[in-house]
Amino acid sequence: MRYSRTSKMLGVAAIAALALSACGGGDNSTESQGDTSRVIVVDGSEPQQPLIPTNTNEVGGGKVLDLVFAGLISYDAEGKSQNEMAESIETEDSQNYTIKLKEGKTFTNGDPVTASSFVDAWNYGAAAKNAQLSSYFFESIEGYDEAAAEGSKVEEMSGLKVVDDQTFTVKLRQPESDFPLRLGYSAFFPMPAEALENPEKFGENPVGNGPYKFDGEGAWQHNQEIKLVPNEDYEGPQKAQNAGVTFKMYQNDTTAYQDLISDNLDVLQTIPTSDIQNFKNDLDDRWIESPYAGNQTIAIPYYLKNWDGEAGQLRRQAISMAINRDEITKVIFNSGRTPAKEFTAPVLDGYSDNLPGSENLEFNPEKAKELWEKAEKLEPFDKSEPLTIAYNADKGDHKTWVQAVVNSIKNELGIEISGKPYATFKEVRTIATDGELTGAIRAGWQADYPSLANFLGPIYTTGAGSNDARYTNEKFDQAISDGLAAASVEEGNEAMNKAQEMLLEDLPAIPLWYQVAQGGWSNNVTNVEFGWNGVPLYYAITGK
Amino acid sequence: MGWYLVRRILQMIPVFLGATLLIYFLVFSLPGDATAAICGEKGCTPATEAALREQYNLDQPFWVQYFLYLKGLMTFDLGTNFAGRPISEIIANVFPTTARLAVMALVFEAVFGIIVGLFAGLKKGKLFDSTMLVVSLVVIAVPIFVLGFLMQFLFGVKLEWTNPTVSGDASFTELILPALVLGLVSFAYVLRLTRTAVIENASADYVRTATAKGLSRRRVIGVHVMRNSMIPVATFLGADLGALMGGAIVTEGIFNVNGVGNTLYRAVLNGEAPVVVSIVTVLILIFVLANLLVDLLYAWLDPRIRYA
Repeated sequence: MRYSRTSKMLGVAAIAALALSACGGGDNSTESQGDTSRVIVVDGSEPQQPLIPTNTNEVGGGKVLDLVFAGLISYDAEGKSQNEMAESIETEDSQNYTIKLKEGKTFTNGDPVTASSFVDAWNYGAAAKNAQLSSYFFESIEGYDEAAAEGSKVEEMSGLKVVDDQTFTVKLRQPESDFPLRLGYSAFFPMPAEALENPEKFGENPVGNGPYKFDGEGAWQHNQEIKLVPNEDYEGPQKAQNAGVTFKMYQNDTTAYQDLISDNLDVLQTIPTSDIQNFKNDLDDRWIESPYAGNQTIAIPYYLKNWDGEAGQLRRQAISMAINRDEITKVIFNSGRTPAKEFTAPVLDGYSDNLPGSENLEFNPEKAKELWEKAEKLEPFDKSEPLTIAYNADKGDHKTWVQAVVNSIKNELGIEISGKPYATFKEVRTIATDGELTGAIRAGWQADYPSLANFLGPIYTTGAGSNDARYTNEKFDQAISDGLAAASVEEGNEAMNKAQEMLLEDLPAIPLWYQVAQGGWSNNVTNVEFGWNGVPLYYAITGK
Repeated sequence: MGWYLVRRILQMIPVFLGATLLIYFLVFSLPGDATAAICGEKGCTPATEAALREQYNLDQPFWVQYFLYLKGLMTFDLGTNFAGRPISEIIANVFPTTARLAVMALVFEAVFGIIVGLFAGLKKGKLFDSTMLVVSLVVIAVPIFVLGFLMQFLFGVKLEWTNPTVSGDASFTELILPALVLGLVSFAYVLRLTRTAVIENASADYVRTATAKGLSRRRVIGVHVMRNSMIPVATFLGADLGALMGGAIVTEGIFNVNGVGNTLYRAVLNGEAPVVVSIVTVLILIFVLANLLVDLLYAWLDPRIRYA
């Protein structure tokens, strides 16, 4: 690593960045080395919907949108936010926000990025009549309920006001200090006026304001590829260091991996399970293993009779302590996961690995047996309903680890337990949202934006959309809303962790491990780094 | 002959209606709500779900959904998939690729299967024959995905004769390897069918007569033995074209071919009944037409069938 004495500022910044990322590389200097004339070919999957920011809720489309659009803020590799379109985001009470935009920003069709580009896009996303998949992202904004109610004809949220071309204000229903953190998520991207006139057509060939743009008409060949080229007008932290990014669609990771090791593919985000044992050998030093904001849990619904009340709580703790997370992550995932210590993810601001109660997530067979027997005395286990763990067999390779967890519990507690495969993801999701599970269900969460609240609010608060366990705890709900209302992110994090202590005691879901991104790249590229969410920082990748 | 053709084509109508109804019903009764597939892990709001349901007629009972689909079909409107793409466009996109793949596989298995089968049959019990019997047995016994990955790794990754995957253009040279894999199993069957038929016919009376008449060995084998041996092989190849088109799911997955198999697989998972039915309908049409072709071919191969 070179250290430049000529510019102290640069040196300090570089050291700070190095300390944060804990890995070397000269990518923090103003000019990165490498061949910037190369088009980078990366793995993708067919977006499930036309590429409209408010209608894309899966990673295949999200990866593309993040390059084509720029939001008010963006996140750097460590998940820290930096201003993109926003000049400033100000608030005094965490409820009323004034957002000022930078001057002179444009979409690639020449339209200026104005306050209306945001306000209209958000209103479009929230309104029930547009049936946007990411509608719920706007629920904190005042007037969301009226716009998003079933059958509603209201098209605007009362909480959004355009002040002038460069300024708009947002009024939330209640104070939420982490609101600015969310604004880099794709649902909050601006859209040009033409998008809202004919969204379906726009989604085929979106016009954005980000570091890349579509390579003309037909850049998206369905199920084959999406070709992006740098947006020359873009000035910002994510400026393209290559001549373009081509997303090549793969039906499965195994095929993509074959392409990677024969240098037909430049970057692969996920190493397939079948190659986990070999990829470090196959790729020499062209691989990465870094934790990102995602976790895996097992949720046990409270509506099952063995799992409610005091006996239920003891059993939950017993189950949790009977799972040998260290061994499973080592043997099954070849250390491609790290054992969980709480309910969020270690890359997040505010994360703590020694919250009171985290000992409930440690392997402790004696204590587990003890707790189980204690529960038996309170209320004998109804053996007509043995525990099962539901998982979907169509994608994600869940079978192996579910089996390992089942064996671990069976060996330590001697109870009857088994994995319960469902053919498709939609089948098991339908049963979970209908509240008709007959046992536990594997669950997982990937952050939409880097915040503890994003891992707790949508999953464990009363009536929340992804609350598979049907957990209700007034004190917990209160702690979450206190955390959101806190004056600063630090105070908010403290309250969030207080809320987590309750979860660690109650265990509505049993945290298993945190996700670790395992990816690789070809002999033709360099400067590959993965972001806080496990997605490669495509703009920084150059040819060799 | 003309009446025969008309009758055969009219028969396709009930086959078509019955098959679409059956498939639509099967997809409809797959467990799980189709909106769960659209909304994904994080779900969407009840209002969004309700709007989606209405948009794709998912709130209607089975019969209504099916009749709405048929009604669209009458006006050549196949509807859209859950991403709003016209199904006709999807089909126009993927069928040519798979058709090319299937035809290449068919040509491979027919040409090589018949030639190798013929020689094996003529040299019954010799080294070549025994070797081919073992080879074909192995090909039939080993699962197709094993063969596929093995050949992909050997020729694509290690030897680098070709790319491990097929690009969007799916050019002739790129498709050679997947077509070989796709046709391999049928190749083994064609080989064995031809061999058996040749052995049987080689000792038939008319062949002996032809030889006794002093015809050249070339003519005896080329016309008398081959023509009669082709009847079971033609039956198999005819049915196989349809099977190859529909059965490309595994091969297309391995080589990342953007074809019918992959599209069908995804549509089934997502519960997109109109997409599944439309694709399967085209497959049925191909199947029925290929069978018709085989029946016509029979008449040419064996005049006795013509007058039956």
